[in-house]
Amino acid sequence: MNLKFNHDNCSGCGVCKLACSIKNFNQVNPSMALLRIHGVFPDPGKYHIYFCDQCGICADSCPADAIEIEEGMYTIDEDVCTACHECVDACPHSVMTIKKADELPAKCILCGECATVCPRQAIYMADTQEKLEVI
Amino acid sequence: MFGYAGKIVRINLTDQEITKAPLSESLCKEFIGGRGFVAKTLYDELPPDIEPFDAENLFIIATGPLSGHFLPASGKTHFGSKSPATGGYADSNMGGHFGPALKYAGYDMVIITGKSQTPSYLYIEDDVIEVRSADQYWGQGSFVCEDALKKELGDDFQILTIGPAGENLVTFACISHDFGRQAGRTGIGAVLGSKNIKAVAVKGSGSIPVADVEEAYSKGKEAFQKVSQKPGFKGWTPEGTAGITDWVNEVGALPARNFQTSHIDHSHRINGKMVLESLKITDKGCYCCPTPCGKYGHAETSMGSAHVEGPEFETISMFGGCCMLESIEEVAYANFVCDELGIDTISAGVVASFAIECFEKGLITEDQIGKKVQFGDLSSILHLLNMMGLKENELGRLLSRGVKTASESIGTASEKFAIHVKGLEWTGYECRNAPSMMLAYMTADIGAHHNRAWVLGQDVVGAATSVHDLITAGADGEKRPKAEISAQESAEYVINSQHIRPAFDLLGCCRLQLMELGFEPEHYAELYSVITGRSITWSEIIKVSEKVWNLTRLISAREINGFGRHSDYPPARFYEEPTPSGPNQGYCISFDHIEMLLDAYYEKRGWDKNGIPTEETLKRVGLIQP
Repeated sequence: MNLKFNHDNCSGCGVCKLACSIKNFNQVNPSMALLRIHGVFPDPGKYHIYFCDQCGICADSCPADAIEIEEGMYTIDEDVCTACHECVDACPHSVMTIKKADELPAKCILCGECATVCPRQAIYMADTQEKLEVI
Repeated sequence: MFGYAGKIVRINLTDQEITKAPLSESLCKEFIGGRGFVAKTLYDELPPDIEPFDAENLFIIATGPLSGHFLPASGKTHFGSKSPATGGYADSNMGGHFGPALKYAGYDMVIITGKSQTPSYLYIEDDVIEVRSADQYWGQGSFVCEDALKKELGDDFQILTIGPAGENLVTFACISHDFGRQAGRTGIGAVLGSKNIKAVAVKGSGSIPVADVEEAYSKGKEAFQKVSQKPGFKGWTPEGTAGITDWVNEVGALPARNFQTSHIDHSHRINGKMVLESLKITDKGCYCCPTPCGKYGHAETSMGSAHVEGPEFETISMFGGCCMLESIEEVAYANFVCDELGIDTISAGVVASFAIECFEKGLITEDQIGKKVQFGDLSSILHLLNMMGLKENELGRLLSRGVKTASESIGTASEKFAIHVKGLEWTGYECRNAPSMMLAYMTADIGAHHNRAWVLGQDVVGAATSVHDLITAGADGEKRPKAEISAQESAEYVINSQHIRPAFDLLGCCRLQLMELGFEPEHYAELYSVITGRSITWSEIIKVSEKVWNLTRLISAREINGFGRHSDYPPARFYEEPTPSGPNQGYCISFDHIEMLLDAYYEKRGWDKNGIPTEETLKRVGLIQP
C-alpha cells in the first residue's frame, strides 16, 4: 500500500492521529500515533504532516537487528527487540512511539487507516506503485 | 468510568495547593459534562456575596464525555465563572485542541480558586501540575505569548492565553488558543487575569477509557461518513460561518451603525467569498473536525498587516456591519488587534460602535476620545480598541467595562442604544422584525448571545432548518422575517433551541454538524452510549439540558441583585426606533410584543411572571427532590 500526502489540504484536525492510535493500539490516545502534524503558526500559517517514509534509519540504528525490510516496509520483530529505543531516538521524523504496556517501540506499518479517515484527502492511498512522496 | 478521563483537579492559587479527586459518577449521570459540570460547580461552590474579580471567584475548565473521542468535531472546551460582564452565570466555550489534551492528561475538569501573588501560568503534563512564573510573558499579546510558550515547552503543548486586556480586567476579555480560537464571551479572560494567570499549558499522553473501543470507532466512522454525505459538507465548509453574511444582510438582520439599521450595501466586500479570495492561506480545523470553519489568512491594510484566523461571521457582522468597515482586509485587521489585546470581537465591536454613535450625538467629546472617530474608518476603530483594551485613558477605562456600565455613566440618552442584555453585548443579528430571535437574545442565560438559541431561520421560513439549507434556498420573496409569528410559537422555537444547542456543550463536541449541516442528533446519543457504556437517548440528553438551563437561571437570580423580568428586556432602540432602511424598513417590535414574548416564554418554561423557576418546575426538572 502506498500512502500519499498533500500537506496543503491538512487542517490540523488530528483525526488521523487518533485513528492511528485506535487501529494500532486499541487506545483513544493520539500521543501513540505513528505520524504527527506540525502547525507552523502564526507565520506562515501552514500544516505539515510528518510520517514514516520507510527510510530505514530505524533499522540502521538497531543494535539488535530487530528491524527488517520486506516488500518496501520496515517492521519490528518484537521477539528480537530489546526495547533499547535507539530506533525511536534515531527516527528523523520523530514518528516512532513507545508502547506503555511492554516498552517496545512501534512504527508505521502502512495500514492506511490515517488515509481512510482523513476527511480532506491530505493523506490518501495511491492506486499506483509510485514511491512514497518524500518530505 | 468510560468516556471520561476520571479525575477533577482543584488548584488553589493563594495556597499553591493542588488536589486531585475522582470524578463522581452521580455528577456525570446528572449533569453529563462541560456546561453541566460548570453550572453544578458554580451553584454549589461559588461563595456568597463576592465580586467577579475577588480571589474567591471560581474559574472552571470543563470537558464533556465526548471530548477527545473519535467523532466529528470533538474538541470543545468549556469555561465557567461568575461573569465580570453581568455579575451572573458565565460560561464560554471554544473549539481547538485544548479539551482533548486535558482529558489525555487525565482530567475532565480543572477548578481554579484563589489568586497567585505574582504573574503565573499553569503547567499540566499528565500527573505533573505546577504553577510557574509568567513574569516574562505578562504584558504580551495573546498570540505572542502562545508562540513563546510553545517555543519554551514544545509544539505538542496546547495552550490558553489571555492578552493585555485580561490582565487589565477588561470585562469582555477573552481566552485565546491555537492562534485564533477564542472563548470570547462573558469576560472570563479577565477572571484569569484577576488571578494573575497568564496562560494554561497542557500536554497529555494517556488514554481515555472507552466501554467498547471497536464499536465506538465503528460508530464514529459512520458519523464521519454521514456528515460527509450532507450537502452542506461541500457547500457550507469552504466559507464556514462567513458564508452566511450575504443571507443575513438580505433578510435585513445584519446590524449596521451600532444597530441603527439592519442592512448594508457593502456585504459583497466583506462576505465569505472575500475571505477566501483575499485572505485565506489554510483551513484550520478544531479537533477531529471534518468541516473547519477556521480560515487562517493574512490581511494587509493601510494601518498594518497581520496573520489572523478569521474573520468569522460574528466578527464580520460587528466590524463590517456595526462599525461599517468596508473591506474584508480591514475587518480582519480589527480582528487581529482584538485577538492580540485579548478582547472578544463581538463585545469590542459593539463597544466601539456605541462610542462612535455617542461621539456623533455629542455625548462624548474629541478630547475624551483623543481624536475624532467615525463609522467605517479603520484608524478610528483601532484607536477605540486600544483605548478599551489597554485602558489608555479615563474614557478607555469606562468603555472597558462594556456598554451597559458606560451608558449608565454617559447618560440616559445613550442607554437606549447601548446594545446589550444583562450587561453582555448583543451579537451579529439585528431582530426588530425577528421576534423569535429577539426572544432568544433576551433570555440567553449569559446575556445577549446567539449560540444558546439561533432561531432566525424560524423567523424567516417558519420552521427549523439547517443553516446550509437556509442560505442555499435562493431568493423567493420570502426572505424576510415574519413578524406575525405568535409569541407562543416564538417561545416554543426558542426553548427547543435553548435545549438542543447547549446539549452539545454538555457533551463536549461541536453542534455545527447538526445546526449548520443537518446531521441528525440521535447519532450523538448513540455515540455517548457506546463510548460511556451508559445507554441514553437524545430526549434524555435534552432533559438534562433543560435542567441545566434552569440551574443557570437560578445562579444568575442568586448572584445579581434585583434579577428578574426586567433583566430580560432588550435595549429601547429595538422597541422605540423603527428600522430606518433596508428590507425591514419601518419595522419595530412593540414593547407589548416583548411582554407577550416573555409571558409565553415564562409560562412554557414553568417560571413565574418575574422569570424565576417555580418550585414545581425545579421538582419536574430534577433540581430539587419531589
